[in-house]
Amino acid sequence: MNTGKRQKQRKVLLMGKSGAGKSSMRSIVFSNYVAKDVRRLGATIDVEHSNIKFMGNLMLNLWDCGGQDGFVENYLTHQRAHVFSSVAVLIFVFDIESREFAADVISYSSIIRALQENSPSAKVFVLIHKMDLVQARLRQQLFEERAEYIRAASEGFKDTVEFWATSIWDQSLYKAWTQIIYYLIPNAGSIEALLRQLAEVIDARELILYERTTCLTVTHVTRGLEERNPFTDRFERISSILKTHKQSMAKHTNLPPNIANFAEMQIKTGRFMFFITRLTENTNLAAAIPPSEQIFNAARVNISLVRPRFAELDIGSAKASARGGI
Amino acid sequence: TGRLPNSKAGDDKPRLLLMGQPRSGKSSISSVVFHKLPPSETLYLETTTRIKKESMHSFMDFQVWDLPGHVDYFDPSFHVDHIFEEIGALIWVIDAQDEYLEAIMQLNKTILNLQHSYPSINVEVFVHKVDGLSDDYKADTFRDIIQRVTDELSDHGYENAPVSFYQTSIYDHSIFEAFSKVIQKLIPQLPTLEALLDSLCQSCRIEKAYLFDIMSKIYIAADTSPTDGGSYEIASDYIDVVIDVSEIYGWDRTLALEVEEEEIRGESGCNDAESLITMERKGNHYLYLREINKYLALICLMGDDSPAEKKAVIDYNVGVFQTALKQVFPRAEREPPGHHH
Ligand SMILES: Nc1nc2c(ncn2[C@@H]2O[C@H](COP(=O)(O)OP(=O)(O)OP(=O)(O)O)[C@@H](O)[C@H]2O)c(=O)[nH]1
Ligand SMILES: Nc1nc2c(ncn2[C@@H]2O[C@H](COP(=O)(O)OP(=O)(O)O)[C@@H](O)[C@H]2O)c(=O)[nH]1
Ligand SMILES: [Mg+2]
Repeated sequence: MNTGKRQKQRKVLLMGKSGAGKSSMRSIVFSNYVAKDVRRLGATIDVEHSNIKFMGNLMLNLWDCGGQDGFVENYLTHQRAHVFSSVAVLIFVFDIESREFAADVISYSSIIRALQENSPSAKVFVLIHKMDLVQARLRQQLFEERAEYIRAASEGFKDTVEFWATSIWDQSLYKAWTQIIYYLIPNAGSIEALLRQLAEVIDARELILYERTTCLTVTHVTRGLEERNPFTDRFERISSILKTHKQSMAKHTNLPPNIANFAEMQIKTGRFMFFITRLTENTNLAAAIPPSEQIFNAARVNISLVRPRFAELDIGSAKASARGGI
Repeated sequence: TGRLPNSKAGDDKPRLLLMGQPRSGKSSISSVVFHKLPPSETLYLETTTRIKKESMHSFMDFQVWDLPGHVDYFDPSFHVDHIFEEIGALIWVIDAQDEYLEAIMQLNKTILNLQHSYPSINVEVFVHKVDGLSDDYKADTFRDIIQRVTDELSDHGYENAPVSFYQTSIYDHSIFEAFSKVIQKLIPQLPTLEALLDSLCQSCRIEKAYLFDIMSKIYIAADTSPTDGGSYEIASDYIDVVIDVSEIYGWDRTLALEVEEEEIRGESGCNDAESLITMERKGNHYLYLREINKYLALICLMGDDSPAEKKAVIDYNVGVFQTALKQVFPRAEREPPGHHH
C-alpha cells in the first residue's frame, strides 16, 4: 500500500566541463573529503553514481557525469534518453577560470535542450565555481555578468534557473547545496511543522535539523529575537563547522568519518546554550536556547520524547520501512 | 579581531622579529596567525616595504615585527639596537620550496652579528612552505638546512648556538604549533603552568590538557606527558568550533531590542563558557573546553577510562586549577572575565 511514505528516488545530474570541480564538490559534501584532499581525484570516467538517504523519504540519486568531450557527446547522443529522463535537478558547474567561457555556454545549451526534451519539469541550478580564485572585491560583479550570460542561454529554464557562486574553500559550497537539498525534500512542510511545535515546547531560540553525513541543513525554525541574528549565513556556516569538526575527529580517533560521530555536543555560555544531539537515523538536531540550566535539561528530555515522531517521517527508520516496504 | 591595535614602538614587551628573504612567507605567517587571514588569501598580499609592527594583547603582551627582506640590518647607517634590544626571539623564515643557500648565508650572518651584542637571543628557524613537498623531500630538506646552518656556525667557532628548527606551513596547524613553542620559551611561568596541568590530568584521568590563547590559538602550556602529533590539532579545531558557534549565537541581543543585558541573561547562564563532546562509539566524554579567563581556555582530551559521571570531579578540579592560575597571571583578571570571544 502506498502510505505516502514510500521512498522517493530523486535523480540529480551533476554536469559541466572536465576539471570544473564536480567530483571535488561531490567528494566534499557527500564523501567526507576535505578541500585539500581533492587534488587526489582523477577525471571521472563516464558516470559515477551515489545514493544518499536524507530525512523524510528522500533518496538522492546523484549522477556525477564526467565532463570530457567524448563523454558529453555520448550523453547527448546514444545515452540521451537514459541520462536525461526523469531528472529532478540538473546541477551545472562552470569554472570561473575557464578560458573558453563562450564554448562552455554552448555546451551548456545543448545539455539544457536535451533536458528540456526529456525532463521539462526539472529544476536547474548553475554553480559558478572556484570563486576563491577571483579577488574578493571583483567576485560579485563577475558572478553577475556570467550569470546573466548563462541565463540567456537557458531556453525554457530561463525564468527558473538559479545561480550560486561557490568554492570548495569556504562555506559557499554548503550554501548552494543546502538550497538544492531543500528544493528536493518532498515533505519539508510536515517536518517543519513538527520542528516548530518542538521549538515552542522547549522554548528554543532556534532549531536546525541537519543530515548527519553531509551536515547539510534539512530545515530550521527560528523564534522571536533570534530572527534578528545578524549572521544570516549561519546555517551554511554551521554545516561547514560541523563537517570540518567531523573530519578532525575522524582523523584523531582513527575512526572512519562515517562512524566518528559525536553522541552529543554542548556549549554553554552566559549568552546562550547550544547542543547537538541525534534525532533520527539520518539526522541530528542542533538547538540554540536561552542560557539557563533548567531550559537546557528540559529541552534534552523533550527531544528524546519526540524522537519517535520524527522517525515516522524518516524513511530510514525500521518502522517506516516495515510498513511501506512491499 | 579587534585585539591587535597598532601600538607605538618602544613598549617594553617581548618582541618577536620575523626575518627572512623576500617572498619567504613572513607577512603571510603574521596575517594567518594574528589576523586569521585564510591561507589562500595570502596570494594577494603586497610585498612588505617597511617594518610592520603588530602588538598582541593577550595573557601577556608581545609584539611581532615583520621586517622586509631586502634591507641589510647590519648596514652601519641602521640603528640596530633599536631593533634588537628587548627582543624575545628572532624567527627566521626560509622558503623550503625555493633555493635556500642565500637564505642560510643571510641567517648565519645575522646570527654571528647578533652573537656579540645579544648572545641570549633565541633564534627560531621556520623551514616554511613544506606543504608543497613530498614527505621524503621534506625530511631531506629539513635535515640539509639544519646541517648547513650548524656547520657554518661551527666553522666560525660558534658551537651549540641557541638555534631551533621547525617545519611550517600556513595551510595546516604546523605554523601555530611552531609559534606556540616559540612563545612558550618567553613565558617565565611555564614550569608552574605545566605542573598545574600535570596535576589536573592526574586527578581527572585526562589524556592531554592544553592551555590555549583563545584568539591566536597558540597554546601557552600543556601537561608534560608525551604528545602524539594529532592532539594539538584536534584541540585547536575544537576551539574553532566553540568560537564559531559562540560568534553565531553570542551576538549582542541588546542591540536588537531596548532591553538591559541583565533581563536577557536570566539568572542561570554560566559565566565562563564551557563545552563538552561525547562520542557515540565510546559513550564517554571525549573533549572538554572551559574558558579560564578573558584570554585563555583549557582544552582537555579525555582518556578512555574517563566515564561520564566524572563530570563533577572535572568541574571541581578545573575550579582548583582556575584559582591557581589567577595567581600566576593576575593581570588577566584586571578586566572581568566576560563576554566571550
Ligand atoms: N581553486 C579551486 N580549485 C578547485 C575548486 N574545486 C575544484 N578545484 C580543483 O579543480 C580540479 C578538477 O576537479 P574535479 O572535481 O576532478 O573536476 P570534474 O569536474 O569532476 O572533472 P571531470 O570528472 O573530468 O568532469 C581539481 O584539481 C580541484 O582541486 C575550487 O573551489 N577552487
Ligand atoms: N605553499 C605555501 N605558500 C606560502 C606559504 N606561506 C606563504 N606562502 C606564499 O608565499 C608568497 C610570499 O609570501 P609573503 O608573506 O608576501 O612573503 P614575505 O615577503 O616574506 O612577507 C605568497 O604568495 C604566499 O601565498 C606556505 O606555507 N605554503
Ligand atoms: Mg569528475
